[in-house]
Amino acid sequence: MTDTVQADRQADFERTIERHDRIEPRDWMPEKYRATVVRQVAQHAHSEIIGMQPEGNWLTRAPSLRRKAILLAKVQDEAGHGLYLYSACETLGVTRGELTQKLIDGRQKYSSIFNYPALSYADVGTIGWLVDGAAICNQVPLCRTSYGPYGRAMIRICKEESFHQRQGFELLMTMMSGTDEQRAMVQESVDRFWWPALMMFGPPDAESPNTAQSMAWGIKRDTNDDLRQKFVDMSVPQARALGVTLPDPDLAWNEERGHHDFGQPDWHEFAAVVAGSGPCNAQRIAHRKRAHDEGAWVREAATAFAAKEA
Amino acid sequence: MTVQPEWPLYEIFVRGKRGLNHVHVGSLHAADDEMALRHARDVYTRRNEGVSIWAVRADLIVASSPDEKDPLFAPAGDKVYRHPTFYAIPDDVPHM
Ligand SMILES: [Fe+2]
Ligand SMILES: [Fe+2]
Repeated sequence: MTDTVQADRQADFERTIERHDRIEPRDWMPEKYRATVVRQVAQHAHSEIIGMQPEGNWLTRAPSLRRKAILLAKVQDEAGHGLYLYSACETLGVTRGELTQKLIDGRQKYSSIFNYPALSYADVGTIGWLVDGAAICNQVPLCRTSYGPYGRAMIRICKEESFHQRQGFELLMTMMSGTDEQRAMVQESVDRFWWPALMMFGPPDAESPNTAQSMAWGIKRDTNDDLRQKFVDMSVPQARALGVTLPDPDLAWNEERGHHDFGQPDWHEFAAVVAGSGPCNAQRIAHRKRAHDEGAWVREAATAFAAKEA
Repeated sequence: MTVQPEWPLYEIFVRGKRGLNHVHVGSLHAADDEMALRHARDVYTRRNEGVSIWAVRADLIVASSPDEKDPLFAPAGDKVYRHPTFYAIPDDVPHM
């Protein structure tokens, strides 16, 4: 490739980004842009897939047929979200097999939140309310991300997430109108999930070195701290409606800023969970690997059958 | 570690309702055509999003290249006479 062709392509790319237009799979793009989108979309896809585990664990022990049908539909949606995102990622020239292998080998990450256990059925409600709620906060702006296939996958996902959050909130409301013991279960669950939910937005902006470049390229649309603030502001009135206390003594409305002040999550804990020593990291990956290994004969049989039919 | 050969990639198109075109919704892997349709139903139409699905092997699709977008589409750019607004017709001529 001559230098002028290269310069033309670079300029084309930059103009597209400046117009807030989308980059499509076969367009020229800087290698670093490609790598950044692959990393973010892969991590996002892995989160959807691993995210099935904490709740999937409760499927056989749902308290009623109604709750079981709802949870089954929700977990199935998360599998779907993972598949939309894997196929978006594959448009950048990586293969599905590679992505699965990198997840299993720990070479690509998933959201730290799924390394916490779901200990009671109240957790199914709290995960829907706070974890899917935080995911929605993160995901809505990503519908306008600069990489076309990623944005289109996010639009489908956002349409489906709203049911996830509402079913969780409704579950908690039902428990809150029950016995004292049930109300205590909800509060205990919220106490455990509040801080990990705040960590879902990633480290503070000052310690997030990739944010500036990702925003300049339109891959990310908001900073971690802005999204975290938005989530806190949304959650406070919801907690009030529910009748639970958010476990943060520093949480208070700040008239001047027009936002809530709030405390910082334990960033040492966050770093430890990301590094692999959260409560469930090993279990999550071992489970994913087992599912992959135990499914091998099915994939092989389908391949053999297709070859025979061809 | 042996990486197994991947199932072929299919592009999926869904007709949202009668009277509309099939629209591209995404892609998936399947061992054969029948499995592609079944997977497409599960992945892309969990909420009545469609009344008909097309699954097309991605390697059978012929596409224009972004690099030839200028030579390919520029010739349409200067043919303004293909648009109705090119023609000045007095305002008092009805139904035109
Ligand atoms: Fe999801
Ligand atoms: Fe969800």
